[in-house]
Amino acid sequence: MKPETIINFTHHQAAHCENGVVSNLMKHNGFIVSEPMVFGIGSGLLFCYIPLLKVNHAPVITYRALPGHIFKKFAKRTGVKMKREKFSNPKDAKARLDENLEKNNPVGLQVGVYNLLYFPDEYRFHFNAHNMVVYGKKDNRYLISDPVMEDVTSLSEKELEKVRFAKGAFAPKGHMYYPIAFPEKLELETAIVKGIKDTCKVMLAPIPIVGVKGIHKIAGLIRKWPKQKGIKAANHYLGQVVRMQEEIGTGGGGFRYIYAAFLQESGKLLGNEKLSELSKEMTEIGDLWRDFALEASRIYKNRSAQTDSYNKVADQLDHIADLEKIFFKKLKKAI
Amino acid sequence: MKKKEVPQDKSNLASANFRELCYAVDENGEYTTENSSGWEPKTVALNNAIEEINERITDAKNRVIAGKTSPIEYYMELHKMDVGILASYVGFWQWKVKRHFKPSVFKKLSTKTLNKYAEVFEISVEELKSMSLKA
Repeated sequence: MKPETIINFTHHQAAHCENGVVSNLMKHNGFIVSEPMVFGIGSGLLFCYIPLLKVNHAPVITYRALPGHIFKKFAKRTGVKMKREKFSNPKDAKARLDENLEKNNPVGLQVGVYNLLYFPDEYRFHFNAHNMVVYGKKDNRYLISDPVMEDVTSLSEKELEKVRFAKGAFAPKGHMYYPIAFPEKLELETAIVKGIKDTCKVMLAPIPIVGVKGIHKIAGLIRKWPKQKGIKAANHYLGQVVRMQEEIGTGGGGFRYIYAAFLQESGKLLGNEKLSELSKEMTEIGDLWRDFALEASRIYKNRSAQTDSYNKVADQLDHIADLEKIFFKKLKKAI
Repeated sequence: MKKKEVPQDKSNLASANFRELCYAVDENGEYTTENSSGWEPKTVALNNAIEEINERITDAKNRVIAGKTSPIEYYMELHKMDVGILASYVGFWQWKVKRHFKPSVFKKLSTKTLNKYAEVFEISVEELKSMSLKA
């Protein structure tokens, strides 16, 4: 490989890594698609409690679709063809990456966060579904556009190999992906409708751990935690709920604001007033999620032990669930 | 959330010199983005989680000194891992890793096995074995 290969790639910061990589790769190929548009079409919005699984010794809930799903659904619904490759051998993974860079083709990579040295130490957990774009190589360092970062960065060959072959849940196995074929014109309109329908279906699903029902389920658990697990664990669990909701990547309010931005943009694109109205409603619901986080933080900050305060935040969640139930029924009818 | 309400609290992000992107509405109700330096409710949650990890590390260390577990468990906690993650890194079953926590079993481990752990923890086999002395 040449000592220096730098692809003319423009880095745009995004809230979330997966949307960001897709949006940035699309822009690189001449299709202007915003981050909220990728998120909405890819049906990224979700609420799901994952029983049995523990991360950092606390229960896991997710506010977004499984890693890779946003991407897959976005590509399918817009008619973009993606090439995806996984590797058992780091050498092959490196060779294929270099080959693509030589061909002037920036690629998306799935990586583990724990060894991403440019992240603040406190954020380096064993989370394997982070995404980035590699757009070149200079002085034996790979040039990295990590969508959650404000600026581009770089990693040595060894550092990149480590994050590409991180182990544990969702191990990336060198996963590399990039678009190979595009439709003549992106048919966003039909893709938007498909994306919204899918999200409504999931959020209203009759499954106790998913969507609106899942939110009620967590509210119920929060009421039980202090008695069942003790105050210390209850606070640790509650802290993890807030972290999942507000951590880097969510754009605030457990992805509700990004979704509201998507509805606003779609309303304009489809000339559908109802969607613009619903965008405002989703923003208000996002604000309620923020209020919940604030109230929850008062509990774990002061380590207060009143069962009352747990009931209070659980009430907030039940209220949000009720509102989202009405919201997604309306949204389903609006398209 | 309004654009001017996007929180600009102090957080651990400053150490890596970056601000995260949030979505918010401007004065005209149009969606836009704004960088945030951090928000206290989540900084507290993160700090508590870090504190919890540090407690686990100290606890593991004390148990190594007391001869109740092997240095492998200490280094596992130090690297924010659990048994499942460590097992997938070294390529052993979880029950095997747990067995290696027993000081009596740890003492008899082959250099080859120790090497696997040492590599994952990015230390030498000597360091792995002498951890209890250092502590």
